[in-house]
Amino acid sequence: MNEILINNVEKVFKTPGGNVVALKDINLTIKEGEFVCLLGPSGCGKSTLLNAVAGFQPPSAGEIVIEGKKILAPGPDRGMVFQEYALFPWMTVGQNIAFGLEIQKKEKAEIDLTVNQLLDLLHLKDFRDRFPKDLSGGMRQRVAIARVLALDSPIMLMDEPFGALDALTRRNLQDELLRIWEKLGKTILFVTHSIEESIYLADRIVVMTYRPGTVKRDQYVDMPRPRDPSSAAFNDLKRELGRLVMEEQQRHANDELKLAAVD
Amino acid sequence: MQKLKDFAHGALVPVLLLLLWEAGSRFGLFSAVLLPSPTAVAIKWWAYLLPMQPQEAGQSTLAWMLSGELLHDAYSSLYRVIAGFIIGAGLALPLGLLMGASPRIYDLFNPLMQILRPIPPIAYIPLAILWFGLGNPPSFFLIAIGAFFPVLMNTIAGVRQVDGIFLRAARNLGVNQWTMFTRVILPAATPYILAGVRIGIGTAFIVVIVSEMIAVNDGLGFRILEAREFMWSDKIIAGMITIGLLGLAIDTAVSRLNNHLLRWHRGLEH
Repeated sequence: MNEILINNVEKVFKTPGGNVVALKDINLTIKEGEFVCLLGPSGCGKSTLLNAVAGFQPPSAGEIVIEGKKILAPGPDRGMVFQEYALFPWMTVGQNIAFGLEIQKKEKAEIDLTVNQLLDLLHLKDFRDRFPKDLSGGMRQRVAIARVLALDSPIMLMDEPFGALDALTRRNLQDELLRIWEKLGKTILFVTHSIEESIYLADRIVVMTYRPGTVKRDQYVDMPRPRDPSSAAFNDLKRELGRLVMEEQQRHANDELKLAAVD
Repeated sequence: MQKLKDFAHGALVPVLLLLLWEAGSRFGLFSAVLLPSPTAVAIKWWAYLLPMQPQEAGQSTLAWMLSGELLHDAYSSLYRVIAGFIIGAGLALPLGLLMGASPRIYDLFNPLMQILRPIPPIAYIPLAILWFGLGNPPSFFLIAIGAFFPVLMNTIAGVRQVDGIFLRAARNLGVNQWTMFTRVILPAATPYILAGVRIGIGTAFIVVIVSEMIAVNDGLGFRILEAREFMWSDKIIAGMITIGLLGLAIDTAVSRLNNHLLRWHRGLEH
């Protein structure tokens, strides 16, 4: 079972101004094949939680367990897509996608086959030999998704992957991601601060509080896909989640104003 | 047509200067011994380029054509630059990678490097002669020192500025330390390293001319010093022009290499 078990996770950052509790009492079980969005304002610890699952920053207390193993380090079983794309600019599109497989010492023919399939899947066929600098943001993020898919990891972690894209490209990639998710059955943990994006995509939305980051609402989305953002049900949920997120956003804003006053 | 115009525009100042110089010489404004006319320099340069001996029996025409003093000198200088540079950069690159990647190694070597770095390569000349005698070895030594520090400092800086996001992405893909170094850190640092290479080659080229004035009996640096002893100022200037042309050729070659290796890099025309 590729469940992600998050047990009593706490994360404390030591800063010159004192300790900051970024995450507190997080308990979540993410089921295999589930599409889960972590939603909240900046500073709510959603990226911190994602990084803990990725293994970049292990929690200060509690544990994250996948397939019976405690997560202590990053690994290709949990491919991550970053907001900044993080493509290797010195590699072509094809080389970027192939890199994870080369590390695993796969046969060249097998790598080629996989890369070609992924180029097809993400409509990147004509860009195989281009460098990332020649691609638009949307295309870059397609390559980043393909690079993670090449690992064939059961879990995909996505850190505001579409945050830097314009609205149309964003919707386009959201649809692509849903198509891929339905086809390949990945478990996806997706960080966003866009309420609409979370409702459009997720099976389940975890709304987080601002400092310390805790679970404010664990909301299942029971709407058939493709979801219509103009429908009544969509907007009822959007209003409800918007209220929750704005409460936290307000606390975040107050905190910032306080800090500014101290300065 | 536009290219021709650009060329004419760029050639305007040099040509005007040459004309003034030539006119000045013809009217006897400058002493022919101290500042010979451009035509005299050009004639000397041509003679310097041509073979000194008639073609011998059994010598191929190409070998004969390339047997001129200028080509021999240019080859000798270039050989020293390349050999010295390879030694210097070959030592600087691995050390720089290690110092950039590991703070402990950096702390170990940095004090020594900071003391040695301000010493100009020329200050090593007495030691170079004592240690290596005459001939090519002291040149290699001096050039290697000249090339070492620019490559070292840039390599350290290059490794240190590698964006953390690449390291995170690579760790996520499951790379081990060695692959991280060879496939991620090294390529990410290449823009800096190549900038160091370009500076290092430039320094090597300065040092080669100086080093040839002390310990060898060929090369462009030796030739212009030799010409001074005979008061051949036309040959001195001809030699200097050759140094300029060779330097330009080296820099163009390095810059081409740069553009090729960094074709993935933003902000580069290619």
